[in-house]
Amino acid sequence: MTTKVITGNEAAATAAKLARVQVIAAYPITPQSPVVETLSAWVESGELPAEFVTVESEHSALTVCITASTVGARVFTATSANGLAYMNEQVWWAAGARLPIVMCIANRAMAAPWNVLNDQQDSMSERDAGWIQLYCRDNQEILDTTIQAYRIAERLNVPVMVCYDGFLLSHTVMPVDVPSAEEIDAFLPPRTAPLQLVDANDPRNIGPVTLADPRADADGVVRPGYMEFRALHHGALLEALDVIPEVDAEYGAAVGRSWGGLTWEYQLADADVALVAAGSLTTQLTLAVEALRAEGVKVGVLGIRAYRPFPAAELRARLAGKQLAVVFDKALSYGYEGPIAGDLKAALFTAENSPVVFGCVCGIGGRDVSPENLADAARRAIADLDSGLRDRTPDWINLRPEGGAR
Amino acid sequence: MTRITELPTTEYVLPGNRACAGCGIGIALRVVTKALDGKMVMTVPASCLTVLGGMYPTSSVNVPWINVAFPSTAAAAAGAAAGLRAMGKADDMTVLAMAGDGGTGDIGIQALSGAAERNDDFIYLCYDNEAYMNTGTQRSGLTPAGARTTTTWAGKRENPKDLPRIMEAHNIPYVASTSAAYPTDVFDKVAKAREIHGLRYIHMNTPCPSGWSFDPKDTVRLGKLAVECGIVVLYEVEDGVFRLTGRSAALAKAGKALTPVAEYIATQGRFKAMTADAVAEVQAWVDKRWAGYVARERAGE
Repeated sequence: MTTKVITGNEAAATAAKLARVQVIAAYPITPQSPVVETLSAWVESGELPAEFVTVESEHSALTVCITASTVGARVFTATSANGLAYMNEQVWWAAGARLPIVMCIANRAMAAPWNVLNDQQDSMSERDAGWIQLYCRDNQEILDTTIQAYRIAERLNVPVMVCYDGFLLSHTVMPVDVPSAEEIDAFLPPRTAPLQLVDANDPRNIGPVTLADPRADADGVVRPGYMEFRALHHGALLEALDVIPEVDAEYGAAVGRSWGGLTWEYQLADADVALVAAGSLTTQLTLAVEALRAEGVKVGVLGIRAYRPFPAAELRARLAGKQLAVVFDKALSYGYEGPIAGDLKAALFTAENSPVVFGCVCGIGGRDVSPENLADAARRAIADLDSGLRDRTPDWINLRPEGGAR
Repeated sequence: MTRITELPTTEYVLPGNRACAGCGIGIALRVVTKALDGKMVMTVPASCLTVLGGMYPTSSVNVPWINVAFPSTAAAAAGAAAGLRAMGKADDMTVLAMAGDGGTGDIGIQALSGAAERNDDFIYLCYDNEAYMNTGTQRSGLTPAGARTTTTWAGKRENPKDLPRIMEAHNIPYVASTSAAYPTDVFDKVAKAREIHGLRYIHMNTPCPSGWSFDPKDTVRLGKLAVECGIVVLYEVEDGVFRLTGRSAALAKAGKALTPVAEYIATQGRFKAMTADAVAEVQAWVDKRWAGYVARERAGE
């Protein structure tokens, strides 16, 4: 183990190298580009013995990963925002084909209008595509989570997105402990054979038209219909609720560091108010907690590491007995509310001793949000609760009224 | 040239599949798989070929086959080739991308152009049935002028794009034009392509009874007539050197006037509404193209 001062993007690239990825395909987009620039240099120098396919689009980047993974290789790609949206068809394909692809997302705002800065609208909009989504709070977690992601993906045959905030993490240097190749080789063995082999001596037709109902094969064995495959896929995502913490614990045993599995908390045990978020915002929330605790307000942080599968039971347990959960979303389901806020409300519905949930929308398109802003939003939420409100529309943090005219 | 009696006897396309009666793809796929001895993996987008391949959990083809998204055929082949190379299995099988004219020249052209520029190591075979046949005969960028489709009810106004020429402009090691009506020409070109590394592009005219509106028994006859008229030209470009092949080479050597395109046009319901002027325009277009091919043949470039 050595400590390096590196960006989030370099942490992601380092993790891919430690995972001994065999095929990399990616297309440039800010703020992800340095991930693949770094990997490309390592492949060219021979430091990383992998195939690097310099594709002409993100659609092809994920396509190359899909078929390289189908023939059995361990693959990696990374993208952001419109690049992810351009991949959308293949995002679904990778999941439906049950391929253990790992893709880093340097989270960025969606156009139009153009904006290269951070929010989480890009990956949150892929919530329902059947991938596991893990969110990281700092560069160390990016490195560790990306390595863990291969173990999770290959155990479940489900692709994993490792999401981290663009610029805030992707371009910010931090000290990162880099495990040795030996440590990671012991934790992450080479990929085992894929679900369906590509072998001329045992030919398969992979991913053909599949009807709604089960159908008998040539030997009379009844095989799943489309809906059964989707149910199996859903089952794998639910199984990930166990596998993600298991892998995190195994990583802890191998490397000496783990991250809490599905969720994590900071000063939450005795808190009346939980501040809930995913990604680097949670680090800022710990500073808001310091400020509020100094005022005698009992608050804590509940960090969401796994957004899909959604850790509903664990969130219910961690929030039991709290008065209020204030959710900070860096994304929005237009016409409703932030995605985490909406999902959390659904998870808590009918739960015993569950808190009121108020949503906040912040950091959209890179709008600055400070720990003071977050503490203020928490104070407003507490005041709303004290005034008798039990539901409200999202609080837009740092929305500037003078900027309202078009 | 391989004679039809000399083709390998092992069959990889199983008897019985979901293709339409008289489909040219079935004729071609049989010899393509023979030319590769079944040591291959295919990438196949949404297309007539998907239907031919069969529905889960059955398959009509005895070779590894990966179904892929419509625009992604070439990138999918590039990924399979990269994956096999990374795993040390690249010598065991040829990667064959196989898509229709729409999947190649329209929605798939970006991924194909990227793969060609990188000279990725696979064979790309475009079976050109001149429209989106699997979705019900909508026009593609390769539909010929005058053809009625379900999105050009009065007949398409534009000539088709010349996809093999576009691929030639990428300076890949091998480009060929063939026809499903000449299975041995298909076989020889795929067999030659198999021995070359880098991106090898083969464009195959593929008559479609249902989309072109002709009797399924006439698939081969019409495919050959298209060559007699100079509408379809059999050739190959190996390392930049152009050469007419098979019947097209013979026609050029004979130097006589080709069969008028009107004879070909009269055989198909899709051209029923064409006026004499429109037919004359197609004739002029074909004459000009044919003269260009003959000039290239003579110049040897």
